[in-house]
Amino acid sequence: MWMKYLKPYRKQAIIGFLFKLIEAFFELIVPIVVADIIDYGIAAKDQQYILHKGILLFILAISGYSCALVCQYFASKTSQGFGTYLRNDMFKAINAYDYENIDEIGIPSLMTRITNDTNQLQLAVAMTIRLASRSPFLIIGSLIMAFRINVSMSLIFICAAPLLALSIYLVMSRSLPLYLKIQKQLDHVSLICRENLAGIRVIRAFSKQNQEKERFHQATQKQKDMQMCVGKLSALLNPGTSVIVNCAILMILYVGSLKVNSGTLLQGEVIALINYMNQILLSMFAFANVIVIYNKATACYKRVQEVLSIQPVIQDGFQEVDHHEGTLVTFDHVSFSYQGSHALSDLSFSIEKGETVGIIGGTGSGKSTLVNLIPRFYEASQGQIYIKDRPIQNYSLQSLRQMIGFVPQQALLFTGTIKDNICFGKEDASDEEVTEALNLAQASFVKEWKDGIYSHITQGGHNLSGGQKQRLTIARALVRNPELLILDDSASALDFATDAALRKAIASLPQTTIIVSQRVSAIMHADKILVLSHGELVGIGKHDELLKNCEIYQQIVHSQLSKEVAS
Amino acid sequence: MNRQTIGRLLSFCRPYMKYLYFALICSSGQIVFTLLIPVFIGQAVDHIIGKGLVEFDLLFQKMLWILMSVIIAEIFDWLVVRLSNRMTYSITKDLRDQLFQKYSTLPLRYIDQHAHGDLLSRMINDIDLIGDGLLQGFTHLFNGIATIIGTICFMLYIQTTVALIVIVLTPLSLVVATIIANKTYKFFQEQLALRGELGAYVEEMIGGVKVIKAFGYEQKNQERFEEINQRVYVSGVKSQFLGALANPSTRVVNNIVYASVCIAGSLYVIAGHMTVGALSSFLSYANQYTKPFNEISNVFTELQTALACATRVFHLLDTPSEPQQSKTQTLTHREGHVQIQNLAFSYDPNEPLIENLNVEAKPGQTIAIVGPTGCGKTTLINLLMRFYEPQQGQILIDGINIQNMSREYVRSLYGMVLQDSWLFQGTIKDNIAYGKEASDEDIIEAAKKAHAHKFIVQLKDGYDTLISEDGGNLSQGQRQLLCIARIMLVKPPMLILDEATSSIDTRTERQIQEAFDLMMEGRTTFIVAHRLSTIQKADQILVMNHGQIIEQGKHEELLKQHGFYHHLYYSQFDTQK
Repeated sequence: MWMKYLKPYRKQAIIGFLFKLIEAFFELIVPIVVADIIDYGIAAKDQQYILHKGILLFILAISGYSCALVCQYFASKTSQGFGTYLRNDMFKAINAYDYENIDEIGIPSLMTRITNDTNQLQLAVAMTIRLASRSPFLIIGSLIMAFRINVSMSLIFICAAPLLALSIYLVMSRSLPLYLKIQKQLDHVSLICRENLAGIRVIRAFSKQNQEKERFHQATQKQKDMQMCVGKLSALLNPGTSVIVNCAILMILYVGSLKVNSGTLLQGEVIALINYMNQILLSMFAFANVIVIYNKATACYKRVQEVLSIQPVIQDGFQEVDHHEGTLVTFDHVSFSYQGSHALSDLSFSIEKGETVGIIGGTGSGKSTLVNLIPRFYEASQGQIYIKDRPIQNYSLQSLRQMIGFVPQQALLFTGTIKDNICFGKEDASDEEVTEALNLAQASFVKEWKDGIYSHITQGGHNLSGGQKQRLTIARALVRNPELLILDDSASALDFATDAALRKAIASLPQTTIIVSQRVSAIMHADKILVLSHGELVGIGKHDELLKNCEIYQQIVHSQLSKEVAS
Repeated sequence: MNRQTIGRLLSFCRPYMKYLYFALICSSGQIVFTLLIPVFIGQAVDHIIGKGLVEFDLLFQKMLWILMSVIIAEIFDWLVVRLSNRMTYSITKDLRDQLFQKYSTLPLRYIDQHAHGDLLSRMINDIDLIGDGLLQGFTHLFNGIATIIGTICFMLYIQTTVALIVIVLTPLSLVVATIIANKTYKFFQEQLALRGELGAYVEEMIGGVKVIKAFGYEQKNQERFEEINQRVYVSGVKSQFLGALANPSTRVVNNIVYASVCIAGSLYVIAGHMTVGALSSFLSYANQYTKPFNEISNVFTELQTALACATRVFHLLDTPSEPQQSKTQTLTHREGHVQIQNLAFSYDPNEPLIENLNVEAKPGQTIAIVGPTGCGKTTLINLLMRFYEPQQGQILIDGINIQNMSREYVRSLYGMVLQDSWLFQGTIKDNIAYGKEASDEDIIEAAKKAHAHKFIVQLKDGYDTLISEDGGNLSQGQRQLLCIARIMLVKPPMLILDEATSSIDTRTERQIQEAFDLMMEGRTTFIVAHRLSTIQKADQILVMNHGQIIEQGKHEELLKQHGFYHHLYYSQFDTQK
């Protein structure tokens, strides 16, 4: 995956990488130049030499800077390009998902994956170009330089470098998992707070504020203790490494002084060695940071990879839905299992053009699942669904869904005006068409608003009541004048009067309608009622017939309606 | 505004002042000794002049000093980190606890009118950011400033002229840093805004992906996303490039200072004004000189964020709590006689909601409240429970004004079961016994009465089953049964019930119905009713619309009136014909 998305930016990545190395190389030369100035310029009192070398230092500084800029530029291009490309592809993949794919990962997780996770990966790419090459190069370079200055002195480096690496590793490898635990504890603190906000009425009704406060204190106290504990550990990092480096410097001074005394080393070279030692420490810290970023990126990588690798089960067909007359929907021994458990078993029925069909049953009886099969949001596991006498798989998804006006259980609206939202159902709907759909859906409340159908809806429709939202989603489906209207328990938040008026309005329309509901009153006048129980079709017929011969239907009716109204 | 916030934030530091003073002392010590190390190294180098010229006695002495300075400096360093950790973590804990305390005393109206996500984000994210800012401030701010001053003093002490070169060149680094910071700020803002836009779009579209598919909007969606994404790319390259600029830019300034020091220093050494060792100390100062500048500018950005967060948190802390109350009248006989007299309430003085409301519930009566959404049913419940306070009028229980009782006492008189059943993370047993500590037998007894016992024992861990957050592992109906069991255990004299409109299967619904009936026996009950049977059985029906009680009476009486109730009733059952 890395390679695929980096490929278009291969050139930029390589250029960035190379320039970073050049910059690091310039940086490595500096201590040697300084050593030369001390050992040859100062010792010989050669002002000319000092000036020459000094100008060389300036040149190194400026050219190093230019290299850094070039690198930075290409690193930005590469990583941002990588992230953009990746996000586009992820979005495309998610768009192609069927409902089962979406349910599998879950919507909140999909969101984090396409935003935060890609950002982390993007950062990792940038860091690879900027730091991952530089730090090891500086560490190894410093070792080589030390080796070049004096072979036996470089032994001190060879001992000190692994010690430094080890101490950084020890502290970080122990503290990182602790940080994760602290994060978990913070999630717990957050949970208690969320629970308290959601349950504030119950908590106050029972006057439990003090007990809740105590629960919260305990959680924050625990978090503080954990933070202190990890703080104790990570506070050791700086002192530890600093002691190691300075001990190495003392060794350099000691061994160096012996060598200088015997004439095998120069004073300036001792200073250069000390500089290289400090350089190694700084680079190691930088490198440790890169590893932390990588660690995070690996987890993100897996999550992103998963999004890209999921293949939708539902494949598109080619046929367009035409005006063929015939049975609109036929279920032929259809079963559906969902995440391992049976949701629908062996359903057979048909819906004729112009019929109004009611579907009733308790929670989990499979009502909603059934209607979700008709627009092929899910694919039946067994049996065959026919639309206009042709297998449902023959049709293109676009064309199949175009003929259906679907009103989902959850009333979901998008940011934008009311009209924008209604036009979701029909892109080029005129103001009149929108108003008509709103009237049909009993959403005339829009008219009373200052901006009418151009009133703004905030995200998720938070500025609307549940009932208002439901009516707008119904209007959205009605505006496309669908051949088949499906209402998936989508009038639950409406009060009696509005609900009744809505049903009346819908009944006046000529199209085929499927109404899913828990309320008998919503479906009792339908041409055909399907009674579902635990995924099975236990009754089919008109209200009066079912009242006579379907026990489950009788139960439902009697729990909701008074006797005289029912009969 | 800002100064006030800082002062307020500092007041949270007050209990930890002794740590702060101690940290400052340690920090000063650490800086002095850290800065001494290059001096001693330089002096040590001066004893290593050349072949046969090494003064070993003096060298060893200097080496010992180096070792001691390192050890002392690092002990101080360790102490500073520990102390600032302690302060920061204690302060964030205190802040969270105080804010939580605030949340549990805020008037319910306030909480109802604010997004929970927002309140939660202040508790978690904002306080986290305050903590980050404080930690940075404690560890780096003083340290950075002191290091700069210390370095300047040490350099001036070693060699004045060369030190002046460094001091003169310093503003250069500051100017560069400010220019970059100003430039990048704009782009960062732009980048943040764009990312926010992308995030919001993703949230909405992925959240609504099922609807998108139902209406075949995938293609349009992809185009829109790619368009925003492209803008994020263009601005991202810019802001990332500029953001990454600060580091090499200060480095180049640093390197220029370094080169200048090297040339001038070497010439001074030749002229005999300083030693090679002093030059090496200078070079190592020059090498690290710009680092604290970088750090301080980072600290300022973090502090700025922290202050913005603190302002938000303090704003909440300053919101007035429910007023304290001194009246604690209680009832001797709890009969459940409720009188609502001339009650008025509104959210907004310009839009009266409930006006001049009068209801009398005799002991043991059932009062059904019906009406369209938004008619004021929930508000009435909030007033009965004293979640909200009325603007006018009074509510009497057994003749005593509830304003004269404590809120806790009023609430303890009612058992309340709402439509969205609230359960917390804990066992089923904990959840049932939430209102009252009880023995296992009592809990089971209550669960049996609520028809919850059967499904509880079928769960793997029975009564010890852990309920996940929001009770996700239970069905809606089961959750409501648990809430009923909770009330069964407490046996309050009066009830407030909210019938579910839908989404419960028939069998559970019947069980809930039976449990409700059992509870309601002999108790004054206010019930928001959706079910016909409930309404028919009620002693009194309040038909509400627009905050007013427009009709009041028994089922048959109301039907005869041919008014709003009649319309409501027949519209439900007589639709198409």
